[in-house]
Amino acid sequence: MARYQGLDFYNIDAQLTEEERMVRDLVRKWTEDKFVPIIEGHARAGTFPTHLIPEIGEMGVLGMNLHGYECGGMSNVAYGLACQELERGDSGLRSFVSVQGSLVMFPIWRFGSEAQKQKYLPKMAKGELIGCFGLTEPDFGSNPGGMLTHAVDDGDSYVLNGAKMWITNAPLAHLAVVWAKLDGVIRGFIVERGDAGFSTPEMHGKHSLRASATGEIVLQDCRIPKDRILPEVRGLKGPMSCLNNARFGISWGALGAAMACYHSSRDYALNRIQFGKPIASFQLVQNKLAWMLREITKGQLLALHVGRMKDEGKVTPEQISLAKMNNVDIALQIARVSRDIHGANGILDEYPVMRHAANLESVYTYEGTHDIHNLILGRWITGISAFE
Amino acid sequence: MKIGVCLKQVPATDSPIKVKDAVSGVDLAAVKMVINPYDEFALEEALKLKDAGIATQVIVYTVGPADADARLKDAVARGADILVRIDDPGLAAADSLGFAKALAAAAKADGVGLILAGKQAVDTDNAQVPAMIAELLGWAQATECDKLEVAGGGFKAWVAAGGGTRDVLQGSLPAVISTDKGINSPRSPNIKGVMASKKAPVAVKDLAALGLSAGDVAAKVSLKAWGAPPPRPAGRILQGAPAQVAKELVGLLRSEAKVI
Ligand SMILES: Cc1cc2nc3c(=O)[nH]c(=O)nc-3n(C[C@H](O)[C@H](O)[C@H](O)COP(=O)(O)OP(=O)(O)OC[C@H]3O[C@@H](n4cnc5c(N)ncnc54)[C@H](O)[C@@H]3O)c2cc1C
Repeated sequence: MARYQGLDFYNIDAQLTEEERMVRDLVRKWTEDKFVPIIEGHARAGTFPTHLIPEIGEMGVLGMNLHGYECGGMSNVAYGLACQELERGDSGLRSFVSVQGSLVMFPIWRFGSEAQKQKYLPKMAKGELIGCFGLTEPDFGSNPGGMLTHAVDDGDSYVLNGAKMWITNAPLAHLAVVWAKLDGVIRGFIVERGDAGFSTPEMHGKHSLRASATGEIVLQDCRIPKDRILPEVRGLKGPMSCLNNARFGISWGALGAAMACYHSSRDYALNRIQFGKPIASFQLVQNKLAWMLREITKGQLLALHVGRMKDEGKVTPEQISLAKMNNVDIALQIARVSRDIHGANGILDEYPVMRHAANLESVYTYEGTHDIHNLILGRWITGISAFE
Repeated sequence: MKIGVCLKQVPATDSPIKVKDAVSGVDLAAVKMVINPYDEFALEEALKLKDAGIATQVIVYTVGPADADARLKDAVARGADILVRIDDPGLAAADSLGFAKALAAAAKADGVGLILAGKQAVDTDNAQVPAMIAELLGWAQATECDKLEVAGGGFKAWVAAGGGTRDVLQGSLPAVISTDKGINSPRSPNIKGVMASKKAPVAVKDLAALGLSAGDVAAKVSLKAWGAPPPRPAGRILQGAPAQVAKELVGLLRSEAKVI
């Protein structure tokens, strides 16, 4: 089979810098050579391929758009392209990288003390330390501001109590950035594996993101030293600024999953013979493929434009909401239509499409559900918040 | 020791190749250019020698226009130290010997002790330049090498000897060695390397800087015309009962295709 070439109907390549293309190509090659051959096995077993973590670190994608502390210092567009190529492999792989870079390294880099940055960032960039991000609770998903997890000042330490749920990477993590209320104000705390009262039971039974480790964070009188609070941020804007970065990456990542489905659909349609000819020769099938090409191309232009605005420091959370919402939505629809084009074969793990479709159901919900993003835009349009 | 690596940019083998017309050649506008795959083996071998402390510096040479800089940057992202691009109007119509003269002069001026190059470039498939460089410099050479050892001022090279056998050549440095597949698996750049490549300068040299003139590199081979290979004749489908067809197929593979 020919090597995967991506999809670039509008010659978006010409809008990228040489370094951005190099990053895209090296992540694409790694994903094709090292990850694609083993992903179905891991999805079936419900495991993340932890043996690849050192290579992921060596590649340099962890925290690649952060500057200093041995991070990559690349543009946001380069980070987006890396997400696209990783998620073409699997949303679980991209989730691993999003959480590490955007949800754990970013808040330490942005809101942490100098000592915290020195202690964690270089090792996290190499993949020697893995982090997770604890915001969601069993009873507080779309409404994280209502969280119950809280911290108490106890002399030379903080004592944390509460439970976080749906936490990507939690079972693997060496550290967690946990958001908890201190005197009623949301603050970020760094909790380390080994801290008394900290545990991360794995969540089982997922039909989606099976190749991603998801767990709870249980904090039972968890005592941490005072220097583990993130000093520079207070309130919901802390976790929200992390989510903004991750959502940006997802707006590219989803396109990768969509491209994987598009390619598989085109190849399948050209090879599958019904009524004496390839199903690709039927107008209805061509219409589906043309629609996929159309939506992916629009999504690419959206992601690139948001990326350039982010590189200039001019992007708003609403603009990122629109990109995340749109691109995940079309990717999910493309995955479903792709499953349809593959007929019965579409449900087998010989083809990547059902896995992507199932994964994208999670991506549709996490990092702000599709409808929460609609409501964020609704608030921008009308000035009226419909969800708070 | 400094190692020189000759690196050529060529169309990716999976790019569709179209001949514009008999005079102007292949239409490169829509073609993706890559490092010649055999040169990637040469670069990797040089980088391995550097990792092992045998080489101190890896200098990459290419002959070509400015768009070849992207390939050189790729080499620096993987770990090469110095980039040299030889560009001169006099080389526009040069043949293998002209390129070899330019590369030999550049590598000699830099004082390299070993030159590594791919056994051939997958665009024109001439497989001449490495051997020519060795002749021009009067150095030892080993071509189509798929295993190499360098130590104590000498080298041992395992090379294809035809009929599936290999010769082991032993020689002293300086030498020119051309690499075949199987010698190593080329590394990919990482993001740190890509960032470093952003700032890496490319030294551009013209013929005069190498002590050569346009006359020195003038082509000895003349190109008559470009054309596409003839279209492949249509395949044949054998009809009949599977057992019968299988028998017939084996017969044809033996008598007609002569592959078994
Ligand atoms: C695989 C996976 C990994 C995850 N990883 C992480 C992680 O690493 N860290 C982390 O903190 N969280 C993580 N999450 C949690 C995720 O962010 C939440 O699931 C998400 O915020 C939605 O919350 P919920 O599931 O409680 O849904 P709910 O908030 O209960 O929403 C259910 C439905 O109600 C709708 N809804 C809710 N409120 C409103 C409203 N006001 N108006 C209209 N509709 C509304 C939603 O749009 C949705 O359709 C993960 C989730 C999954 C599935």
